[in-house]
Amino acid sequence: MSVLELRNVWKRFGEVEVLKGVDLTLDEHDVVVLIGASGSGKSTLLRTINLIEQVDDGQVILSGDDITDPTTNVDKARARIGVVFQQFNLFPHMKVIDNVTLAARRVHKWPAEEARNKGVALLEKFGLGAKVDEYSDRLSGGQQQRVAIVRAIMTDPELLLLDEITSALDPMLVGEVLDLVRDLKSGGSTMLIATHEMSFARTVADRIVFMHGGRILETGTPEKIFTSPECPETQEFLARLMRR
Amino acid sequence: MNDGAPQLSWAPSELEVQRQTYRRRASVRSVVIAFGSTLIFAVVVAVVLVKTPGWANVRESFFNVDIAVESFPAILDGLWLNIRVLFFSAIGVAIVGTLLAVTRSLRGPVFFPLRALATIYTDLFRGVPVLIVLFLVGFGVPALDIFPRLPAAVWGTVAITLCYSAYVAEVLRAGMEAVHPSQRIAARSLGLSHVETLRVVVIPQGLRKVIPALMNDFVSMQKDVGLISVLGAVDAIRAAQISVASTFNFTPYVLAGLLFVALAFPMIRLTDHVSARMARREQSGGTV
Repeated sequence: MSVLELRNVWKRFGEVEVLKGVDLTLDEHDVVVLIGASGSGKSTLLRTINLIEQVDDGQVILSGDDITDPTTNVDKARARIGVVFQQFNLFPHMKVIDNVTLAARRVHKWPAEEARNKGVALLEKFGLGAKVDEYSDRLSGGQQQRVAIVRAIMTDPELLLLDEITSALDPMLVGEVLDLVRDLKSGGSTMLIATHEMSFARTVADRIVFMHGGRILETGTPEKIFTSPECPETQEFLARLMRR
Repeated sequence: MNDGAPQLSWAPSELEVQRQTYRRRASVRSVVIAFGSTLIFAVVVAVVLVKTPGWANVRESFFNVDIAVESFPAILDGLWLNIRVLFFSAIGVAIVGTLLAVTRSLRGPVFFPLRALATIYTDLFRGVPVLIVLFLVGFGVPALDIFPRLPAAVWGTVAITLCYSAYVAEVLRAGMEAVHPSQRIAARSLGLSHVETLRVVVIPQGLRKVIPALMNDFVSMQKDVGLISVLGAVDAIRAAQISVASTFNFTPYVLAGLLFVALAFPMIRLTDHVSARMARREQSGGTV
């Protein structure tokens, strides 16, 4: 059974059609990278999966459950998906450890000690052991984003959504965050990633999905997309990136 | 550093020493000017006041030391009642204000009646003068004959709580709305419910943003508890009034006023201090 299946997903904002019938399937351990220009619908697609945006048509199926069904408990569905945002969105009034363990304690009802132990272990694993009891706004951007990733994977979600997680970071900090994502890939996480970092996309992706104007125009292995793209739009997009 | 030798310790350069000397002189000069102008201002006010034709009468009927000393114990007793009313109103306002603010921010059609009621409440009680609420609650509610006989101060506390809850609810709501929506999205993405998101993410951050405004409302409440005197409760103002009636001298009012100022003063200074500290933190070290 696939972890995520999108069937004919549509989304409009007023008159603007942002997603025009998107179909996409992720099996367990798949790492799929969405590429495409700003406004192509990558972020909106991630937000519909997470039910932050309600689809106008089609279905989002998470491990066999249609979570776009109106009877779905959205809180329970969201708790099964980990999300990392471009702007980190850590809670500035909480310590790093409390950010990381919030969902475990409040949503999954783990005992406090168990949550803390796992949170500390994960933070130590990703080089953040010294920051456990710091407030999150005292950290560098790269550290904040790594904390945000730990927060997202804390309760072993079925699926991880990463929405341009390096776009707000300077080049020196991008590396540390992307290394962490590579670790997650070797750990077997199922991930759907929107990014503008093509070299990262090339190394981490099992499949690249090219979006344009709210549609998926082309899907393939990184080798195929980056060396011999078929669609003229994909060719143009990549050519523009190369010219920079 | 041109010779490549590492600079081991910092000593102020010639230029910096000059600048520091200049700044020191400038600050001495401004302190002297401030002191001098304050002194001149005080002297002018005093002289003008004393020279007014009615000054002798005014001093006799508003600043009579003997009468002040004589009425002091009764007024202080009354102030103790004000402080107790203030204490219980503050607790009541914290509870009712928070409930109102949360109710107004609940989503979903199920909560429509509650939301509408909360909106009407805050509109109404921010519009009606406190004095009228005091009369209606203090004289109207007991007349219903469903409550045991309670002291006027209790009804005063209820009236003050009703009025100030509406203001505080609006301040709290403004704070909650000032929390960036991305915080809400992050919390909901973790699977937290709407109410839980309010409780652990939105309210704690929103509250921080409006602490100076809330403290200011508290200062304002400190003096408005004096209005319960209209219900006949013997608070500081009522005690002063009684004393005025027997001596035909207004000094007790001045004294009661000064006591209210003394009561509010620590909170006023603390509010300034907290606001300044928050501003400093947000400027992160800047001097503009």
